[in-house]
Amino acid sequence: MLHHHAKLERKSIVMLLFIIVTVLVGGIVEIIPLFRSETVIEPVEGVRPYTPLELAGYNIYIREGCYNCHSQQIRPLRDEVARYGHYSLAAESMYDHPFQWGSKRTGPDLARVGGRYSDDWHVAHLKNPRSVVPESIMPTYSFLANNQAELNEIGEHMKVLKMVGVPYTDEQIANAYVDGMAQAHTEDTDENVAGLLERYGDKINARVFDGNPEMVTEMDALVAYLQVLGTMVDFSSAQSIEPAGDVAADAPAEDKAGE
Amino acid sequence: MSDQHNKEIDKVTGVETTGHEWDGLKELNNPAPRWWVYVWIATIIWSIGYWVVYPAWPTLSHDNQGGTQGSFGWTEYKELEASQAEIVARQAQYLAKFESASYDQIANDPELNAFAVAGGNALFKNNCATCHGSGGQGAKGYPNLTDNDWLWGGQLADIEQTIRYGIRSGHDEARQSQMPAFGKDELLDKEEIDSVVDYVLSLSSDEGPDASSAGAEVFANNCASCHGEKGTGGRDFGAPNLTDAIWLYGGDRETVYETVYNARSGLMPYWEGKLDENAIRELTVYVHGLGGGEGVGAVVEEEEHAAAQEAAPTEATEAVTSDDAPATESNIDAPAEPSVEEGVEEKAVTDDTAAE
Repeated sequence: MLHHHAKLERKSIVMLLFIIVTVLVGGIVEIIPLFRSETVIEPVEGVRPYTPLELAGYNIYIREGCYNCHSQQIRPLRDEVARYGHYSLAAESMYDHPFQWGSKRTGPDLARVGGRYSDDWHVAHLKNPRSVVPESIMPTYSFLANNQAELNEIGEHMKVLKMVGVPYTDEQIANAYVDGMAQAHTEDTDENVAGLLERYGDKINARVFDGNPEMVTEMDALVAYLQVLGTMVDFSSAQSIEPAGDVAADAPAEDKAGE
Repeated sequence: MSDQHNKEIDKVTGVETTGHEWDGLKELNNPAPRWWVYVWIATIIWSIGYWVVYPAWPTLSHDNQGGTQGSFGWTEYKELEASQAEIVARQAQYLAKFESASYDQIANDPELNAFAVAGGNALFKNNCATCHGSGGQGAKGYPNLTDNDWLWGGQLADIEQTIRYGIRSGHDEARQSQMPAFGKDELLDKEEIDSVVDYVLSLSSDEGPDASSAGAEVFANNCASCHGEKGTGGRDFGAPNLTDAIWLYGGDRETVYETVYNARSGLMPYWEGKLDENAIRELTVYVHGLGGGEGVGAVVEEEEHAAAQEAAPTEATEAVTSDDAPATESNIDAPAEPSVEEGVEEKAVTDDTAAE
């Protein structure tokens, strides 16, 4: 047997056929499940597509390469759960294209950073991380506060996301710009907030995020995005979200029945 | 075809070469070592066992979480649960007592107190230190928790409420108040702000308050309703004591001017739902013990303990304080915002007309 490989290696056509078969098997195993990814997403309540402003923040997050140092995936390990909170569910990133999972953490995981710090803190931290975390090695992003958030094109972006399965409604897409602007204004200054809440739900954070009501900046967008991370699913009340819990609890019982 | 081979046999070993040569070194065409091939085959067989006992193959249906479950029924979530259970079991001897103990009982039980402080310490570093500093020393805009200067109260019940519901956090139960932006909203003109800033700075100066200054009157009309007539602060509104030279945003003239002009409204997030009950109580005990905790239940020295004797159980004191809310006419429960701002506006208008 040890010498049989020579037969394969010395006949190029046969070798080619074997390679094709191997690649096909690997391809089927890796690719086909992607078309059925919904089968591994837990049924969880509360996860919604990002609002236009949050989506703009998500785009900035990617543009600035935040994912190079920050993951958004709390693994089901004791120390991670103790530090960051409930482990991440697939459902929580089902509308992220691309998802922001990862395990390389130069900075902390951000999957549940939403609502844990004030807007002021985020703004101060993004402008100069050392001002609030002396030992931080994060670069400064103060320019975000001077740039207008790109909301003119955000509707187009939502259209594309809709094509890949994010359930934006036509109404949400049509009102993308208005909703985006409304979210970074207070209710006193923007009558469109009601429309935003109606389209995306009452739990939307609508306020001036960066302390500057004059302009909807990239800082507004990024902070709006950070403040919603990990907050969509209410873990304190829900029992059904233990993903494998129900199924796995059944599985051994079935096995025993089979024995 | 380059591997048209004229079989060349190495003279020393008698093994065929591959025909590849580097600087006179030739590669022998030995097969992979026997042991290696056997190990390789063994791993393939082993992996089949893996498919059987562990979750392995994706399936195309929704059943079983979209994959084979494996006969062990193993999941990462169960493993996590088991390792969590181990910790819970280790803590159980304290936790059972801790859950049912009042703050008083915790304070009087050194073991329980040590348990709470240790847990609170870890929680604090993880969740609170980002703003309040790793030692609770605070930073600009984030209060120092180690001193006895409290904005909303330093009793255990006060601290617990602040941690649980936050300050201006958006939670329904959050502590609420809003300082008016006297400059930005044109409630006071520049001269008035200048004078009141001078007066506020004089409150904590060595010379004492400059009662005869113009700022004193502006202060009495605009600021005293929350900060108190003497500027000693009001905890019902989280209004800082202005006489103690402890500054949240800075005590230089420029900063105080900015504070009066634009107002400040720091936000503390709520932690209910983010941290569990025990965690919130552990944190409360920890923060209370950082140095400035007030009232019973603190890890107080004996003499302080004696001084605090008259302090009733914390709930009772809280009820009392909200009853003598200083300088509020009607709103005992309501946030200070409406009445104060209205009052200020009226005042500002009359002042303006008077000036004309």
